[in-house]
Amino acid sequence: MSPGLAAVATGFRGFARYLGGVLGADAYAKYLEHHHAAGHGEPPLTEREFWRDRTDRQDSNPQGRCC
Amino acid sequence: MASRPDERVSTAKGSGSLTADPKLPPTAVDEAVREAEDKNWTPAKIALWAAIALLGGVAWFMLAIVRGETVNAIWFVFASVCTYLIGYRFYSKVIERLITNPDDRRATPAEYKADGKDYVRTDRNVLFGHHFAAIAGAGPLVGPIIAAQMGYLPGTIWIIIGVVLAGAVQDYLVMFFSMRRGGRSLGQMAREELGIIGGTAALIATLLIMVIIVAILALVVVNALGESPWGVFSVGMTIPIALFMGVYLRYIRPGKIMEVSLIGFVLLMAAIIGGGLVADTEWGSAFFTLDKVTIAWGLIVYGFIAAILPVWLLLAPRDYLSTFMKIGVIVMLALAIIVVRPEITVPAFSEFASRDNGPVFPGTLFPFLFVTIACGALSGFHALISSGTTPKLIEKERQTRFIGYGGMLMESFVAIMALVAAISIDRGLYFAMNAPAALTGGTVETAAAWVNSLGLAGVNVNPAMLAETAANVGEQSIVSRTGGAPTLAVGLAHIMQQFIGGTALMAFWYHFAIMFEALFILTAVDAGTRVARFMLQDSIGNFVPKFKEASWRPGAWLCTAVMVGAWGAVLLMGVTDPLGGINTLFPLFGIANQLLAAIALSVCLAIVAKRGTFKYLWIVAVPLAFAAVVTITASYQKIFSSTPAVGYFANNAAFSKALADGKTEFGSAKSVAAMEAVVRNTAIQGWLSVIFVVLSIIVIAMALVATIKAFRNHSAGMPNIDNEDEARPSKVFAPASLIPTPAERELLAEWNKLPAELRFERAGHHK
Repeated sequence: MSPGLAAVATGFRGFARYLGGVLGADAYAKYLEHHHAAGHGEPPLTEREFWRDRTDRQDSNPQGRCC
Repeated sequence: MASRPDERVSTAKGSGSLTADPKLPPTAVDEAVREAEDKNWTPAKIALWAAIALLGGVAWFMLAIVRGETVNAIWFVFASVCTYLIGYRFYSKVIERLITNPDDRRATPAEYKADGKDYVRTDRNVLFGHHFAAIAGAGPLVGPIIAAQMGYLPGTIWIIIGVVLAGAVQDYLVMFFSMRRGGRSLGQMAREELGIIGGTAALIATLLIMVIIVAILALVVVNALGESPWGVFSVGMTIPIALFMGVYLRYIRPGKIMEVSLIGFVLLMAAIIGGGLVADTEWGSAFFTLDKVTIAWGLIVYGFIAAILPVWLLLAPRDYLSTFMKIGVIVMLALAIIVVRPEITVPAFSEFASRDNGPVFPGTLFPFLFVTIACGALSGFHALISSGTTPKLIEKERQTRFIGYGGMLMESFVAIMALVAAISIDRGLYFAMNAPAALTGGTVETAAAWVNSLGLAGVNVNPAMLAETAANVGEQSIVSRTGGAPTLAVGLAHIMQQFIGGTALMAFWYHFAIMFEALFILTAVDAGTRVARFMLQDSIGNFVPKFKEASWRPGAWLCTAVMVGAWGAVLLMGVTDPLGGINTLFPLFGIANQLLAAIALSVCLAIVAKRGTFKYLWIVAVPLAFAAVVTITASYQKIFSSTPAVGYFANNAAFSKALADGKTEFGSAKSVAAMEAVVRNTAIQGWLSVIFVVLSIIVIAMALVATIKAFRNHSAGMPNIDNEDEARPSKVFAPASLIPTPAERELLAEWNKLPAELRFERAGHHK
């Protein structure tokens, strides 16, 4: 890959990561990081459990969207 | 610093306990270093800001002073962006120094309450996008278009100056104070700061305002989809697409949000293209051509089901789709305007700027222009987002200026672009689209004759041109497509077709625009209904404790039904209103939104006073006074004006009298039933205005009482109650704004040298 193309690819990956962050796609990674850093005894939620828990908590804790 | 002893006292709370961890580098840039850096005006920096000021000045000159035949759209971009940059660099820093006084040595809730789920430290740039996506919706795309009836200049000035001095100030302050209170909501802060009366009034006002806002947003969608088989099909398809995405994320590939959003986006494009094909067939046209009342009922049923379905199935996936589209569309529109640079022929002040009988919305420029453009200049609804959600994610205190103030500037820019899109279309076309059918008559011939009879300078439409525009965008008719969304869609199609695709793609761009507006609005309707339902459940729960249990189905369903019933009634009222709907209801939307802003600013006023900052109270008091004067004057006119087009009760009396006189038609109401509908609608709208304004006056009065009390306490040397969370030392560092300063870079380098186990340690975590 030429250096120019590599730069474009890096830029695109950075943009995708940013967009993912805005959408909240990295929430599980952040949760794991927190879980690891906090030194909890019990094992962390699996990815599937985590996302279930996340949307289920929104059921009882709705967040507004603006007009 | 020494000249402002009053702030030091109040922010000193707990500062003594902010002993930094000796193993770590400093968690904040040294105050003196930062000050010196701020005041260090190098020649390059001076040249840069002089250039920005000069460019902005020239742009404003072109917009406001030069009166040529046309004005180029690029000047709107320069005038707004340069003003935003100056407002952000200078005014928001003034607020930071004089009012908020952030202390980066203090941990934010995301740090001391970290739970990996709701309280998560988030990169400032990501959070900026996240917050922006939460505050920006259909509002800034609709208000400026409706306000364009008065010409481009009044709206442009209000959007740009209003955001710098009012809207962004509100968002920033609410966010900062909520962050200092562990992410408490506006309602909770109102209760704490204003007492039980002010707090309750604020709660009821918020609930009612949400009902009105949801209803009128829904009305915008109904008006955009009525008699439009293409629109109905493609917007309707968003529901199965969202359901599919929900199931995909829940069962097939959990957490793959980017992937499913891309799939959803492709399906969405397919739905838009498919809509054109379906609308062209005989069965598709027959099946999907629905009148507005049917669509309104569909939306009401949909609203109820969507609000009781689990979040994962419909709300969450559509939210991803809507965020994805939002960012994409806004970037695309900005690029298109910069590349195409359309010439604007709309005058700075139109003939209606000095009259009170405009066909799009009635009333004089002051106050009605300022309530018509709410989102984009000053939006009270933002206070609900800026408190609660975003403050729980902020990494460092100083970042609130970038995220709160800066985020709102972005929304204002969206409003400016919507304005540009709306005024880039022919002015005659604008009035034919935005005046109610009662005036245009609903056909291209009558509409063209009516528009030409207005005697507007340079306006001359003919029926063929209206029919051709409708055909170009793939609609049966574009006459009286009120609500702003169709006008924006035509404007966007007009600009985008010059950018990509030409006339052949106009219909696609039109329905693309309708689709994304509908997507934002449906998300807002769904989320708004849920939030309102919880507020209602919580309030009833004070009397019947069972209602506080969110999982108690009968309570949840009953409260959902009540909320949907409330906005549904207003929606149906707007759809069937013989006077046109949007022109009678939209002022109520703006008034409601601005009253909420007045409530939010009142809470901020009381908090700032309690912190002992009296000398600079004007920073909050000025926008509060402006919002209060505008909304109370607008409400007063809506209630007491003797001009029937403006005053709800004057209209009510006129129609009641006509009915009593035994007339069978009056004004634009052509039957007794229609006349009765006007009497009923105006009474409801009038009383709603009365309730809003009374509740808001109570809240403002309570805030003034709290402020005066704080001043007395302060003068007597007594401490004021401070509801902030206790200060805890921070153990992390991050820059404050988009571009790190040299001092911040230096400090970041120090942090990067730390061993990993020290760097990621979270402070104050529950063990």
